[in-house]
Amino acid sequence: MKIHRISALVQRHLFLYRRSLPRLMEIFYWPFLDLVVWGFITMYLMRHQGELPGVVTFFLGALILWDVLFRAQQGITISFLEEIWARNLMNLFASPLTPGEFLAATMVLSIFKVTAVAVVMATCALVFYDYNVFIIGLSLIPFVLNLIIAGWIIGVLTTSIIMRFGQEAEVLAWGMVFLFQPISCVFYPIEILPKWLQAIAWGNPAAHIFEGMRGVLNTSVFPAEHLAWAMGLNLLYLVGMIGWFHHTFNVCKEQGLLVRVGE
Amino acid sequence: MPAPILDVRNLTKRFGEALAVDDISFEIRPGEILGLLGPNGAGKTTTIQMLLGLVTPTAGSIRVFGLDLATHREEILQQVNFSSTYISMPYSLTVEENLWVVAKLYGMRDVQRRIDEVLKKVEMEDSRAKVTRRLSSGQMTRLALAKAILTEPKILFLDEPTASLDPDIAHKIRALLKEVRRSAGLSVLYTSHNMKEMEEMSDRIIFLQKGRIVAQGTAQEITQRFGQRDLEDVFLKLARER
Repeated sequence: MKIHRISALVQRHLFLYRRSLPRLMEIFYWPFLDLVVWGFITMYLMRHQGELPGVVTFFLGALILWDVLFRAQQGITISFLEEIWARNLMNLFASPLTPGEFLAATMVLSIFKVTAVAVVMATCALVFYDYNVFIIGLSLIPFVLNLIIAGWIIGVLTTSIIMRFGQEAEVLAWGMVFLFQPISCVFYPIEILPKWLQAIAWGNPAAHIFEGMRGVLNTSVFPAEHLAWAMGLNLLYLVGMIGWFHHTFNVCKEQGLLVRVGE
Repeated sequence: MPAPILDVRNLTKRFGEALAVDDISFEIRPGEILGLLGPNGAGKTTTIQMLLGLVTPTAGSIRVFGLDLATHREEILQQVNFSSTYISMPYSLTVEENLWVVAKLYGMRDVQRRIDEVLKKVEMEDSRAKVTRRLSSGQMTRLALAKAILTEPKILFLDEPTASLDPDIAHKIRALLKEVRRSAGLSVLYTSHNMKEMEEMSDRIIFLQKGRIVAQGTAQEITQRFGQRDLEDVFLKLARER
């Protein structure tokens, strides 16, 4: 793993974003619209369902954290798609760059994206709805770190599928994460799900994170158990998914798909 | 005779039932330009892709600088580069940014000096701040070549480097390649559909057809062997026998 190769790839994307207003808009546009729409829904619920305590914290906090996961996933997948669109994959993989370094660079990029989005969303929530995301407290830090890793796992999975099946699978870059949303229990407690789906959801690190966040708000007790589960599952899936990415990369090289992925 | 810098033995690539490259063996010696000739679908591009580690061979071995590509990918690719008409560089980056990223990927030092040198060589000093999408096709080809020589490789793979260029630019590119080869002792594997260019550039030529080597030697040896006037006639004869 060579830092200079990872930083070269990160810089390549920063050059791109510096010059591309539509790409910058894409990072901020959807999170901002989400916040506006969900913010108004939250205010409406707050007025008419006063018996549900902390509704603002639940919904807006959940929304901001969901976007952390979504942008972490996109940081990886969109970076890969940018290389396909630019017909640049051959230039990269005919250089000494390794698949692991490529993934590391996309992970760094996803941290940049998540940071930018989180700052904008937290500021807008504070300005428009007088909502401070840090009300959740210091527990927010391990939650966010785990959500970023959960986003990476979905990002690496999506990237592997696009690499294997080509550009026609690129719609997954925007859609795949929503497959995990129902079992992430972002906006509702896990007990709402039918029993069989609960069993699946407990295998999803994001469900532990959102469940843990609700636990903090309701009881002010640090959700150590949920955090431990989220970290354990994240570690397991991340290692597995990186292995899967390398396997897919090798299959693509064997079948000549890597040089045709943009066609 | 110096040891080969690239040694390919019994290289084979099968995609399902299709045999793209069929048991070919060849070598390139230091400072040599080897032409790879053949009709469309003969296996030239697949061969180059295998040499770059982008496609895994079904059988055979590729040794570069005496090292096996399968187990020493990073060390080998550090000293190899390529240029292809069919690959572009990121359109949204400027010429200089694109070269900067490539230089950093290969861990080069004194990057700015090297970029200045290479841009001068390809006569693109005035286009350094131009966004790549605004380049003409001739400039795009020269940028691809600048990228290929920027990293001071020991071997260069060039897949139709002058395709779609007007004769003047193509002539300049050939002159540049000869100059780089002379000054840096570069070894080159070269594909082209331009037979005159092949004759002019290559020390030796390998003629591929249906994935197999059907002839190899100097341009003169090949034309004599097939009893033709020039390489173009040999090409037409072999291509029509398909």
